Amino acid sequence: MEQMMKISSSPHIRDQETTSGIMKQVIVALMPATIFGIYNFGIRALFIILLTVGSSIGFEAGYQKLTGQKITIYDLSAALTGLLLALNLPSSVPFWMPVIGSFFAIVVVKQLFGGLGQNFMNPALGAKCFLLISFAARMTIFTYDAVSSATPLVSLKLGERVKVLPMFVGTIPGTIGETSALALILGGCYLLIRRIINYRIPACYLGTFSILILIYAMATGRGFDISFLMAHLFGGSLMLGAFFMATDYVTSPVTSMGKVLFGVILGILTFLFRIFGAYCEDVSYAIILGNLLVPLIERITVPKAFGKGAKE
Amino acid sequence: MGLFTFLGGIHPYDGKELSKDKEIIDYLPKGDCVYPLSQHIGAPAIPIVKKGDLVLVGQKIAEADGFVSANIHSGISGKVKAIEPRMTASGMEENSIIIENDGQFKEIDFTKNIRPLDQLYREDVKDIIKEAGIVGMGGTRFPTHVKLSPKNEEEIDTIIVNGAECEPYLTSDYRRILESPEKVIAGLQIVMNLFDDAKGIIAIEDNKPEAIRKMEEVVKDIPNITVNTLKTKYPQGEERQLIYANTGRTLNSSMLPADVGCIVYNVDTIVAIYQALIEGRPLYERIITVTGDAIQNPVNYRVRIGTNTQELIEAAGGFTVENPEKIISGGPMMGKTMFSLDVPIVKGSSCILCFKEDDVSKEEPSNCIRCGRCTKVCPGRMMPYKLADLASHGQIDEFLKYGGMECCECGCCSYICPAKRHLTRMIADTRKQILEDRKK
Repeated sequence: MEQMMKISSSPHIRDQETTSGIMKQVIVALMPATIFGIYNFGIRALFIILLTVGSSIGFEAGYQKLTGQKITIYDLSAALTGLLLALNLPSSVPFWMPVIGSFFAIVVVKQLFGGLGQNFMNPALGAKCFLLISFAARMTIFTYDAVSSATPLVSLKLGERVKVLPMFVGTIPGTIGETSALALILGGCYLLIRRIINYRIPACYLGTFSILILIYAMATGRGFDISFLMAHLFGGSLMLGAFFMATDYVTSPVTSMGKVLFGVILGILTFLFRIFGAYCEDVSYAIILGNLLVPLIERITVPKAFGKGAKE
Repeated sequence: MGLFTFLGGIHPYDGKELSKDKEIIDYLPKGDCVYPLSQHIGAPAIPIVKKGDLVLVGQKIAEADGFVSANIHSGISGKVKAIEPRMTASGMEENSIIIENDGQFKEIDFTKNIRPLDQLYREDVKDIIKEAGIVGMGGTRFPTHVKLSPKNEEEIDTIIVNGAECEPYLTSDYRRILESPEKVIAGLQIVMNLFDDAKGIIAIEDNKPEAIRKMEEVVKDIPNITVNTLKTKYPQGEERQLIYANTGRTLNSSMLPADVGCIVYNVDTIVAIYQALIEGRPLYERIITVTGDAIQNPVNYRVRIGTNTQELIEAAGGFTVENPEKIISGGPMMGKTMFSLDVPIVKGSSCILCFKEDDVSKEEPSNCIRCGRCTKVCPGRMMPYKLADLASHGQIDEFLKYGGMECCECGCCSYICPAKRHLTRMIADTRKQILEDRKK
């Protein structure tokens, strides 16, 4: 019998899940926050999102074409990076800024280091921090209801009392995607249920941060102040960071113990930056710094192979 | 009651419904039979027949060359046609005895081999098993008599019959348990009696409730044999995982089950032991599942070793499509792809699996996104993505440091990888290279 049969080494079956499938689910999980952001900040937010996503995909395809590589925009990772970057920008930024941000995220942070899976820091956060340092003023003006106003976190820093409920729902000034803790928690739960992300990083991150804030509250005479804790948890980009940025596969540890350690480190760093730092971008800097520690964390948390150390 | 299990593992589609309700059918070969001299781990057997000789069913045609080797017996009667290299399922040519089938299936007198069990010393039992040419029939093909003679004989306290059959699509062990549970028990008791105080465990995954019920019924009056229900998960039947699940004992790649007081046998192997001692029959047949979506009538056959694969597929109604993309000898997780169907069934063949479409070549491997799924499913608790990365860069020292030699090549990491990377292959190739270098 003459026929062509395919030859390969085992295993001969594969799970349905694909890289693009995972990216797609993360994008779906970001939809509540995205839609709320557009509702909250108006049509300009939508333009910023489309511009960032579009330019991210464009830069990825362009760079890969220019360097003669396979074009991988269909794995949706560039689209996801674009979306995450957009959610981290204020809706009031001039239109050229998202494009510069996308360039930095895709070309400098991701492609120059070898493309998908090779970058050592989260591309979206890398770009955000780049924009923050380069254009500090424009990145920290938050317009809300047509007037520029301070975010609750700034008010909190100045010692004012803030209302927790609007922070939870998200009807406050901030970047496009960070304001609604509710929408972000919803998306985070979706990722947890679909087992796209593991609970360890967000749980250890938020847990460590909460404990430190409570200790701080008690040490500064506020007592066991739950609303102070809530304000800190829902303020800034902590929820966005804990569920979507810190859990980025590429820039977080693979090992279980590593995830715990990574979460704890992020909690401590965020606390320090928030309470003692001058900036309100504590989460972004904490995660970027944490990203740099990942190879080290992974090295010290390699699991023991099955049966190793048994009596031989 | 908590189910017996291990950490890691995957839940692939198991495809067992295709053949699990098909009773075992005897299949007698029509064409010639081919007997590769190396159907086991260890030295190839030495032929003791020559061209032109007449042989009968059950007649020894090749003899073990040393301790780690196994005898080979003919499954048909007829004339020795040639002794020459022939293609085997592994894709390599191996020296084989070819017997022309006379269609008579005349048997040697098996009753002559039978001796009352109570008059046998332990060494006699081992000799009979060795003489019968029995090897691990789950696919390891390790000569059975070698396993029965560990250095620490007095420390053996547990004999496990591996009825997990965790490989998808395979149903031969399941049918065996369902149709002749008493043979499994009798075979297990023969092995248990070789050790001073060994207890028996029959381990079956919980997706085979009928088999568990059947076994429990048979063992209910036997005090030192228990039936353990395992959680259905691949690779539950992998030796090290199976021992851990049943006894909590862990062993690494450089240890043998006997080092933790265990001996593990596949269901078919245990039945072969029964047949050798009680019926006087050497190993010349086995149960094999012929299945997959490209097979017209999936079926479980009791087949003579040496039968041609093509003939067996035709007996199962042939293919459902003109060109099935992939034919596998063994299960989908650890089996080997075949590029010719003109190969014989050997002692270790558990399944002929035919797929209309090939899952693997559908998608190109892409960059690792470090999602950690491979690390989560690895039953060896390693980091496959890291090992594969080190392997592809030839960093042998680091590869060893990360425990690369512990890999059992179960295939879980490649199965789960969303980037469709061939992790198992990359790790397995490097392991093989290291093992070969060590031999030098």
